[in-house]
Amino acid sequence: MQLRTLTPQRIYILIGYAVAATALFCAPLYLNDFRLNLLAKFLAFAIVALGLDLIWGYTGILSLGHGVFFGLGAYAMAMYLKLEASGGRLPDFMEWSGLASLPLFWKPFESFGFAVAAGLLIPALLALFLGYFTFRNRIKGVYFTILTQALVIITTTLFIGQQALTGGTNGLTGFSTLFGTPLAGEGMKHTLYYVTAVLLIAAFVLCRFIVKSRFGKVLRAVRDGENRARFIGYNPAVYQMVVFSISGALAGLAGMLFVLHVGIISPSMMGIVPSIEMVLWVAIGGRGTLVGAALGAILMNAAKSVFSENYPDAWLFFLGLLFVIVVVFLPKGLVGLFSRITFRKREESEEHEAAAAISHPAVRAGNG
Amino acid sequence: MEVLFLQLFNGISVSSILLLIALGLAITFGLMNVINMAHGELIMIGAYSTYVTQNIFMDLFPESMFGWYFVLAIPVSFLIAFVIGLILEFTLIRFLYGRPLDSLLATWGVALVLQQLARTIFGAPNVGVTSPSWLNGGLTVLDGVVFPYKRLFIIALVAVTLFIMYLYIYRSNAGRRMRAVMQNRDMAACLGVSTRRVDALTFAIGSGIAGIAGCALTLLGPIGPSLGTYYIVDAFMVVVLGGVGKLIGTVFGALGIGVTSTVFEFWTTASLGKVLVFVCIVAFLQWRPRGLVAMRTRQLDS
Repeated sequence: MQLRTLTPQRIYILIGYAVAATALFCAPLYLNDFRLNLLAKFLAFAIVALGLDLIWGYTGILSLGHGVFFGLGAYAMAMYLKLEASGGRLPDFMEWSGLASLPLFWKPFESFGFAVAAGLLIPALLALFLGYFTFRNRIKGVYFTILTQALVIITTTLFIGQQALTGGTNGLTGFSTLFGTPLAGEGMKHTLYYVTAVLLIAAFVLCRFIVKSRFGKVLRAVRDGENRARFIGYNPAVYQMVVFSISGALAGLAGMLFVLHVGIISPSMMGIVPSIEMVLWVAIGGRGTLVGAALGAILMNAAKSVFSENYPDAWLFFLGLLFVIVVVFLPKGLVGLFSRITFRKREESEEHEAAAAISHPAVRAGNG
Repeated sequence: MEVLFLQLFNGISVSSILLLIALGLAITFGLMNVINMAHGELIMIGAYSTYVTQNIFMDLFPESMFGWYFVLAIPVSFLIAFVIGLILEFTLIRFLYGRPLDSLLATWGVALVLQQLARTIFGAPNVGVTSPSWLNGGLTVLDGVVFPYKRLFIIALVAVTLFIMYLYIYRSNAGRRMRAVMQNRDMAACLGVSTRRVDALTFAIGSGIAGIAGCALTLLGPIGPSLGTYYIVDAFMVVVLGGVGKLIGTVFGALGIGVTSTVFEFWTTASLGKVLVFVCIVAFLQWRPRGLVAMRTRQLDS
C-alpha cells in the first residue's frame, strides 16, 4: 500500500527524514560538548512543539499554558534529582526555610520510576481536568486561551509562594548524579542526548500516528467545524480533552528531559513568556505540520542562542517583529513557505479548493 | 467592624483599578473580538506619558503649579495612547479582524517591541512619579479607618470614565454606529456606515482608556517597562467573567474578582488567594459559560 503512493515527492520527504535522523544521531561526532548540550535542550523543546501542534495545528485550540505542563514535568524530575543529590538528608532549601522533615508529597519522588510516571501523568491529568471543565461547557477559542494563561499565572505564583516546598523563585537546582553517575560527565551527556533524540523521534512517530488515524481526522473535523462534527454524532469535548492531555504529557516529558540537560528549573521557565514562545516555535515552523513544529522549535532556539547572547536588546525587537510578520504574512510558517515554493502547483490547486469551500456561506457562519 | 470596612474598601479599590484596565479591553475584545495583548503596553505608555508630563511641569512651570500637572496628565495620556492605538489599528489590527487567536499572537509581538522601546528610551529601572500634594493623606471614616485620597480619586476617575463611555456608546450617534457595526457589520455597511472608520475609532478609544489606566497606576507606585504585564491577564479574566458585549458585565466582573480576591487574600495567603479566585472563576463559568451578562443571540457560534 505504501508503494502505491510512492510519488517523487514522497521519496524526497522520506529522504529528508533519513537525513534528519542521521544528522541527529551523528551530532555527537561533529559538535562539541557545549553545543551538543544546547542541541539536546532544543530537541526537548521540539517535543513540546509537537504536543502544541497537536492541539493548535490539528484541533484548533490555542493553549498558552504549556509552560505549566512543561514545568510540572520538569519539577517532577528535579525533585528526584534533588533527593538523590541530597543523599538522604533534607534538601538544602528546605533547611533554609526551616522545615524539619521531608514533606509527605516529596517522599515518593525518591523512586525514579515514580518521578517519571508523575512527570507524565500529572501534566496529563491537569490538562484533562482543565479540559473537562472547559470543553464540556463549550468554553473554547479565545476564552479557553485566556483561562490557560490564567493557569500559568496562578501556577507560577503558587510555586514562588511556597518557598519551603518548591524552592521559590530560585527553583530547584544543584543536582549531581543520576543513578550514581555524574550528570556533567561526558558519557552521561552523550547518553542523555541519545535518549532525547530517540524520545523525540518516538514522539514524532506517535503524533504522526495520531494525526493519520481516524482519531486525527476527527480532530481536524472539530477544528474546521466543531458544530458539524457534533451534528454528525461525535462528541468534540472528548476528543479535545484527550488530545489536550496527550499534549500536556508530551510537554511534561520535554520538561523532564530539559531538567536533565540544563540542571535547573525555576518558576520563570514556566511563566507566561516561555509559554508564548513555545507557541511561536510552532507558528514559525508551520502549524498543522509536525515537521514544521519540531523544526521551528529547533531553529528558533538556535537563532535565539546565537543572537540573544550577542545582541540581547535587538533580539527582543526581532522576536516581536517576527511574531507580527509570521502571524500576518506567513500563517503556515516556514514549512508553508517552503512548500509554496517547491510544490507550487499542487498547493495552488489545494488552496483553490479550500477557498471555494470556505466561501460557502454555511461554513462561514459555522466558523464565525 | 473596622477590618470589614477596610477590606471592603480595599476590595472596591482593587476592583476600580481592574475595571479601569478592563474597560479598554471590554471595547477591543468585547466589541471587536480582537485580543490585544499590547493593551498592557498601552497602559505603560499612558504611565510614561504622565511621567513625561510631570517632568515638563517640573522644568517649565513654577513650583506652585506643580500640583496641577496630574489634571493635564489624564487627557495627555489618553491622547497619546489614542494615537498609538490608531497607528496600531491602521498598520496591523485591521488585517486581523475575525482571527482572534492570531490577533493575540501578533499583538504579543507588538507588546515585546513596545516594552523594549520603553526600555531603550526610559531605561530598564522603574521610575517614580510624584503624586500631587492634594492627593496625599486620606479621609478618616472611623477611628483607625482611613481611606487614602489616591484610592478615592481612582474610584472617582473610574466612575467618571464609565459614565462618559456610557454616554458615548449608548447615547451618541457615533456610539450607535459603533454598536451597529459590532452587531451586524454587513448590514451597517449597507446602510452607509463607514465600518473602517468605526473600527479604527473604536480601537483607538479602547487604547486611549488604557492610557488613562496607566495614568492612574502612577499614583500607586513606581512604573517600569513591564508595568502592563502584571495586570493584563487579570483584566482579561474580568472581561471573560463579566461577559462580552455589555459594559455592565465588565463592571460586575471587576467587582466580583476584586472583592473576592481581597477577601481570599485576607483569609489565606496572596498566592493561595489567587488560586482560589481562579478556581471560583472556572466554577462560575461552569454555570454560565458566557459570563455574567451575555448578549442574547440565536447564533450557533458567536
